[in-house]
Amino acid sequence: MLSYKDLNVKIGLEIHQQLATEKKLFCSCKSIEIEKHEHEFFRRLRPTQSELGEYDPAALFEFKKGRIIRYIASNNNSCLVEADEEPPHDLNSEALDIALTIAMLVNSDIVDEVHAMRKIVIDGSNTTGFQRTMLIALGGTIDGVTIQSISLEEDAAKIIDENEKIKSYSLDRLGVPLIEISLEPVTNNAEEVALLALKIGRLLRATKRVARGLGTIRQDVNISIANGNVVEIKGVQRLDQLKDVIEYEVKRQHGLMIIADMLKERIDHLDTVVKDVTSIFIDSKSKIIINAIKSNGNIKAINIKGFAGMLGFEPYQGIRLGKELGEMVRSYGLGGIFHSDELPAYGISEEELNKVREILGTEKEDAIILIAGKNVEDAINAIIKRLEEALKGVPAETRAAKGNVTVYSRPRPGAARMYPETDIAPVVIRKELLEQIRSNLPKGWDEYIDELSSKYNINRIQAEKIFDSEYLNLFERIASTCKNIQPSFIVSLLTESMTSIEREGYDISILTDDKLISIFNIVNEQRIAKESIVDIIKIMINNRCSVDEAIKNLGLESISDAALKTIIEKIIRDNLEIVKEKGDQSFNILMGKAMDKLRGKVDGKKISILIKEKISQYK
Amino acid sequence: MHGYRGKALELLYRFNAYAGEHVIIELDSKRYEGIIMPRYESADDTHIVLKLKNGYNIGISIDRIKSIKSIEGKNQIKIAEVEREDRGLSKIAMISTGGTIASKIDYRTGGVRAMLTAKELYDAIPELGELADIYPEVLFSEYSENLTFRHWSMLAEKIYEKSKEGYKGIVVTHGTDTMHYTAAALSFAVSINKPIVLVGAQRSSDRPSSDAATNLIAATTFASKSDLNGVFVAMHDSISDDTIAIHLGTRVRKNHTSRRDAFKSIGIKPIAYVRNGEIIYNLRVETRREEYILPKFEDKVALLKYHPNMDARLIEYLSELGYKGLVLEGTGLGHVSKYLFNSIEDAIKKGMIICMTSQCIYGRVRMTVYETGRDLLRIGVLPLDDMLPEVALAKLSWALANKEDVKSVMLKNIAMEMSDRSLVD
Repeated sequence: MLSYKDLNVKIGLEIHQQLATEKKLFCSCKSIEIEKHEHEFFRRLRPTQSELGEYDPAALFEFKKGRIIRYIASNNNSCLVEADEEPPHDLNSEALDIALTIAMLVNSDIVDEVHAMRKIVIDGSNTTGFQRTMLIALGGTIDGVTIQSISLEEDAAKIIDENEKIKSYSLDRLGVPLIEISLEPVTNNAEEVALLALKIGRLLRATKRVARGLGTIRQDVNISIANGNVVEIKGVQRLDQLKDVIEYEVKRQHGLMIIADMLKERIDHLDTVVKDVTSIFIDSKSKIIINAIKSNGNIKAINIKGFAGMLGFEPYQGIRLGKELGEMVRSYGLGGIFHSDELPAYGISEEELNKVREILGTEKEDAIILIAGKNVEDAINAIIKRLEEALKGVPAETRAAKGNVTVYSRPRPGAARMYPETDIAPVVIRKELLEQIRSNLPKGWDEYIDELSSKYNINRIQAEKIFDSEYLNLFERIASTCKNIQPSFIVSLLTESMTSIEREGYDISILTDDKLISIFNIVNEQRIAKESIVDIIKIMINNRCSVDEAIKNLGLESISDAALKTIIEKIIRDNLEIVKEKGDQSFNILMGKAMDKLRGKVDGKKISILIKEKISQYK
Repeated sequence: MHGYRGKALELLYRFNAYAGEHVIIELDSKRYEGIIMPRYESADDTHIVLKLKNGYNIGISIDRIKSIKSIEGKNQIKIAEVEREDRGLSKIAMISTGGTIASKIDYRTGGVRAMLTAKELYDAIPELGELADIYPEVLFSEYSENLTFRHWSMLAEKIYEKSKEGYKGIVVTHGTDTMHYTAAALSFAVSINKPIVLVGAQRSSDRPSSDAATNLIAATTFASKSDLNGVFVAMHDSISDDTIAIHLGTRVRKNHTSRRDAFKSIGIKPIAYVRNGEIIYNLRVETRREEYILPKFEDKVALLKYHPNMDARLIEYLSELGYKGLVLEGTGLGHVSKYLFNSIEDAIKKGMIICMTSQCIYGRVRMTVYETGRDLLRIGVLPLDDMLPEVALAKLSWALANKEDVKSVMLKNIAMEMSDRSLVD
């Protein structure tokens, strides 16, 4: 186990939370996601100089990839503003109100005048090529941790598909108001950071004015260790994932430090030679290499002095310099690299390798990297730059959270990415507005939980559980309409049962609110017993079917009271001896037999009452 | 200074502070470090704008500011540049007139300025360097709504001058609001055996999604590769960045306030498209004319859009002011209310030339169909067929300044501004 203290691990958390406003931040479109998009258009974005005359490195990087961006849009939730075909409308005052409310709740110091800025993002996720963002407040604390800043910004478009040539986004989410809370780096461990994120989430949700559900809150984490640079990890959607991602990243950074230390013992500076070796591979058995040559590409080889063994070396499982390079060149449109620590393999022979060594003048302690493709100069430059960084340890970069690990996405952007949004006038924050907000501050999380617990007669733990889940609103809807079902049962189904169903591998994301409501309605009408809900959900997911179809599929058509009586009657008569012998004690046996036949079709309570009745008749 | 005035300016003076300076601003209980940024002219005088280290700008109320202290040696402003030399490609003259295309924001002044050198252009749009050897020149720097007939004359003369200097083509960067007026004016004022391509941007060039680069690349492509002569407008064909339409300068109009594809050819298709660096001709037309320069424009010309209840005295007043020409944007086939007839007749008698176009924008005027039209013809109003109202204004102003027989010039096609055939599609 790594000691975070010894490594001087610093973790800075950035929480992005969508606000539950009726309209988007700079236009009157609704913040809804939809499935059908009737419009499509294509764009290219280019880097621009900031107001200080600098280019943002991350922006240049994206531009060099030369990809076309495809957008799909619908009149139902986007207009010319999202398409970047019309200037932004006035700032959504409801969103500003919520942002100010949150800033006040955490005692952050609200600025006197809010300036909209353009934060350059040219990966296509914003049609404009920038995200509009405004600093609302500075300072304050959450759970003892100092807040750096609170900003109000627009959410980005959602990526739908991506390949080497084209990236597709839908405009649904673009322009939805987000609040960004950036915290000072903390030295806590991963678990404590995840708990901190949970507490912030609770504080935000308790205002009742933020959006809920998967994807409505996202965490970015900045992680650094001693002597390393800050790595920014984007798009952590779940708290359990947050802990794993942090642990992976710390391990990766420490691994890179170990590699750097080993390299420094061998060499004091990077020494590389790059040569074209296409001619060696004309008859190669490697498919990748032959395909590259066929499509007019070249094979380039890099000799790296003193790196033998270091590209494949694994200080921790899955942490290798070779892998880092492979991930990085992928963003230059290449499939990956070959390096000498893993060769001969992949159809590349020892003989070919020897010829490459000869051309490069490779010595025993050197490593070789092979790259196949067209216009690979930029990728080679990036590799050499990355190798230089390898001598230092951890390079500053932006990575994406993929499952429980992180993968390279682009260089870290600098302050040069920010310049004024000249289409929107600055907004002075009037004292009257602040006073009005202050006198209407929402309840805190604790009070909220108390209220939930007493309103629905559930215990605090259940109240917390449903509050933290994605289903709070749904729960309240169901609990207020389905009076025949105990709220505590609804909570346990929406929390524990849903989680275990998901763990079994069912895709619960296809269960819309309406579908879940339909299930509870049928239980409420006592058409089926509540015990069968889990089975019904599984069938609905597997067969992509409605609740009625699932009931039919399971043979759960409800049994009439008359039929039920007949069945119970029969069970009693078949076991008359036991009833006579054991009297009331026979209940468990009879109940068991009845449930075998009736499970899911009739409420267990109803059965038990009937059996007790019958026993007292016959005993 | 940089948008600061009144109390805010006094405060800056008091602390000897200036926009662009790296400072620490102290308030009662805290301090902010950052760079003082220019302020919007229209904003109030009670806030100072500060760019923080994280890149954000915020406004700080001057009432809270206790002091502003300079931090030495931290306020250099860098400009990223790439060296590039001529490569023996087609020579293109690029004349800048203003607008956000081919301009950059000067953050020191907060204003927009034209890119002054080829280097700056190639720097912003590297593809241009591979297309042509561009010789940029700033003629004036105006939002297009501030352009006057005088600017049209200056531009026409500049183009004619450039045409004698061995350029393959001429690109004019222009604000979009009145670009179609200028395109029409140039179509009459200057005729050279080279393409003259006007180009603008609907999204300012300080943003990554700007259409400036794609439009400018297409304009340069057309100017350096096409053998067509005449004046053209190069702008997006749709809201996608892939196809740029090349419109004929006398048949194009800005039809949308903000979309990239705001410019549309009216009653005709675009002459060509530029897609993936290739010119795709759509309409083969003979635009070759004798070379000439007739750069004068008559100031006393107006364009009046007829509307219900229009006051006849407007026309009388124009006549009193000595206006020599009036283009009416009439209704439908070319009508105005009979209550204007007397004023129109009087004005014509006093020598004003009055022409009729249609506010329908699409279609031609036919003034023989209804009595109103026939009456107007009898009074002496000239029917301008399918000429666009804005084009008619430019043509009338030009004809009055350069031609004797203005009436016949107005009724005769010169630069494809009018046609005798309206097609089904």
